[in-house]
Amino acid sequence: MRTYNRFKQLSLGGIWLWLIVFALLPNLMVIAASFMARGEGEFLAFAFSVASYRRMLDPLYLGVLSSSLYWAALTTLLCLLVGYPFAYLLTRMPKRLRPLLLLLVIIPFWTSSLVRTYAMVIILKTKGVLNQLLLGLGVIDQPLELLYTDTAVIIGLVYALLPFMVLPVYASLEKLDPRLIEAARDLGARKIRIFLEIILPLTLPGIIAGSMLVFLPGLGCFYISDMLGGAKSLLVGNLIRDQFLSARDWPLGAAASVLLTLLMGLLLWAYYLSARRAGRGGLP
Amino acid sequence: MKRFAQYAYLILVYGFLYIPIIVLIVYSFNDSKYSLNWEGFTWGWYESLFANDTLLKVALNSVMVATLAATLATLIGTLAAVVVYRYEFFGKQLLKGLIFILIMSPDIVMGISLLILFVSLQITLGFATLLVAHITFCIPFVAVTVLSRISGFDKNLIEAAKDLGASEFQTFHKVILPLLMPAVVAGWLLSFTLSMDDVIISFFVTGPTFEILPLKIYSMVRLGIKPEVNALCAIMFGLTLVIVITAQSLLKEKK
Repeated sequence: MRTYNRFKQLSLGGIWLWLIVFALLPNLMVIAASFMARGEGEFLAFAFSVASYRRMLDPLYLGVLSSSLYWAALTTLLCLLVGYPFAYLLTRMPKRLRPLLLLLVIIPFWTSSLVRTYAMVIILKTKGVLNQLLLGLGVIDQPLELLYTDTAVIIGLVYALLPFMVLPVYASLEKLDPRLIEAARDLGARKIRIFLEIILPLTLPGIIAGSMLVFLPGLGCFYISDMLGGAKSLLVGNLIRDQFLSARDWPLGAAASVLLTLLMGLLLWAYYLSARRAGRGGLP
Repeated sequence: MKRFAQYAYLILVYGFLYIPIIVLIVYSFNDSKYSLNWEGFTWGWYESLFANDTLLKVALNSVMVATLAATLATLIGTLAAVVVYRYEFFGKQLLKGLIFILIMSPDIVMGISLLILFVSLQITLGFATLLVAHITFCIPFVAVTVLSRISGFDKNLIEAAKDLGASEFQTFHKVILPLLMPAVVAGWLLSFTLSMDDVIISFFVTGPTFEILPLKIYSMVRLGIKPEVNALCAIMFGLTLVIVITAQSLLKEKK
């Protein structure tokens, strides 16, 4: 028996309306804008053109693109190298301590990364806390010029994004069935093999989700490279922002943004595949 | 020995996460404008912060947008979670996918896509555009928070309400909503923080007529480090701390 369900229709209608107008439509418009030409008085001119994509192959932009990809990848790798063992150790901690330890990761996860990046500026300044400490300890005798370097940007990105790697990895590690590990051990598998063939494939969805949450903001977070790297460092995020705010080249900015979206699609696809495999228990 | 190394590693990473913020808070009480040396405790920076009328107005703007955005996003997000949980409908997978994609999608992409939308509709950037943007990026977070709670739900309660003659709306209002309340409140609180903290999306969708706190801090930081900014950031951190702890305790009291 089906009755007319007004509650369902109204809620669904509202939700779809909102998401279509403010999420789907704007993204389609970005794609459209990326294929338009630069306008004279207006921001966009209605003429089909792939010029923006061709211009991204221009050495200037290609350089920004590849260095930004490199930095975001490096940030992701560092977050994974630091975050995976960290999340693993968290799951090994006594049960009564775990909620508190997890909360200590969740707090920075939700804290404004602008505030946290600013805190990092204070630490890395030439006359900042780190240099004072190292000078005081006698490790160095000249203050390090850290702020406004690429190293500072990497430190800042890892610092800001680490919780985004730890939480999904932790979630997938916690879901791991300990019986699988016991079974492997009973069957004589060594630690390395247990890790490579059981733990790693089963936590791959967590790793990919975490990488996505680190890699994509790592490309886009223009204020981190602004505050820690000065104007020299350019991320794709800085490039996009400049096209929209100062250079007024909207098609190029839109094309760069479409590229980011494509990268996200690729990562989502990888996530889907890995989740499907892990969902089958990872066993053949 | 192995245990010791494990604890040492955990402490090291927690140190990395927290020392910068602790330093920031400590220095917001330091009675020295330029040097890093400790020159005594002062409330001075907080006082000058609260004497600054423009800053207070900007802070009020932020609180207003965050309150409204969190409320509307909670309404839409909660409905979305309930509808996805309870009903079968055309495009359900698409809706779930869209919510997931919205969480993952980079802020900058959402920022410029909304900018293009508003400009082509010839809407002046300011309060309204900012509010719409904030509601949009908060909705998926509420939906996911509420969905995670709803999964452990006793379907018999809904059946019982229906058998007793409740309409769909009554069932939602009298049975589902009260049971979901902790997750709904947590969703609201998390949306409030998200909205208060957002830099990138706001950067594109607000105009000079409507300033908000994170963008103000951003422009202040670019002009150099000032102790007032330390104090302001310390307050922002304190606010997040309280909200997150409240939200987490609400989400934990299961069943």
